[in-house]
Amino acid sequence: MARALITMPKTARAGDVIEVRALVQHAMETGYRRSSEGALLPRDLIRRFTCSFAEASNPPAASAGGAAVPGARLVFAATLHAAIAANPYFSFHFRAEKSGTLVFIWTGDNGFAHREQVNLLVT
Amino acid sequence: MKRRALLRAGAAGSLLIAMRSLAANVVVSPVLSELARAYAGPGVALREGRVKFDITPLVENGNSVPVEVTVDSPMNAAQHVTSIAIFNEKNPQNDVAVFELTPLCGRARVATRIRLATSQQLIAVARMNDGSCWTHTVEVIVTTASCVEE
Repeated sequence: MARALITMPKTARAGDVIEVRALVQHAMETGYRRSSEGALLPRDLIRRFTCSFAEASNPPAASAGGAAVPGARLVFAATLHAAIAANPYFSFHFRAEKSGTLVFIWTGDNGFAHREQVNLLVT
Repeated sequence: MKRRALLRAGAAGSLLIAMRSLAANVVVSPVLSELARAYAGPGVALREGRVKFDITPLVENGNSVPVEVTVDSPMNAAQHVTSIAIFNEKNPQNDVAVFELTPLCGRARVATRIRLATSQQLIAVARMNDGSCWTHTVEVIVTTASCVEE
């Protein structure tokens, strides 16, 4: 099970733009490196990261994995390649208008899927 | 004493190289301009400006290099950045990442950490919702490469 860390404020005032930072544990094996025996290490990458926002009136279901969240609006997404460093880190911003939940999804090679949710209270 | 002077001269020299690459107007490598052109699509003019690609000019460790791309945009429904692509010149693969942004972001700024195999140029291409594409090219010197020995 991968570990992920989301750093963002828990509360914001309506109209505030907050910084969201997301870090996930992953080797991001490029497929160009060799093991000590000389064998090529197979490529194992996270391919996509998305952050979407579900309003408090439409909370996301608790289902795990990389499935899209119905009714949630995309905030930010990234397509990753081998040139992204191990333990991919992204920082972006979010304009807080209403209370709700930010849903973070990472998907990649070998069926990798990880999901995190953070509630945001907008006053 | 001699050794100290030599060290000082060495440090000054590398600083000079770094400053020169910062000050000089970067001549975009054909590889990068081709990639940026392909990303922009046919008939879209690439223009310099509005995008700021922040990266240290002298990278000590190519395994994890912080980068930040900021685009001058109000990020509202009428005017916003839809995507930002980063390409490199000399890694085994030229793609680094493509970011998708929406008006929900509120600010057109993204940061991440990347790998660099060697000293090279990097380009950031930002596409606006009106279809225009803006670029910023930077040149970096890498002293310890990422582990991608070929």
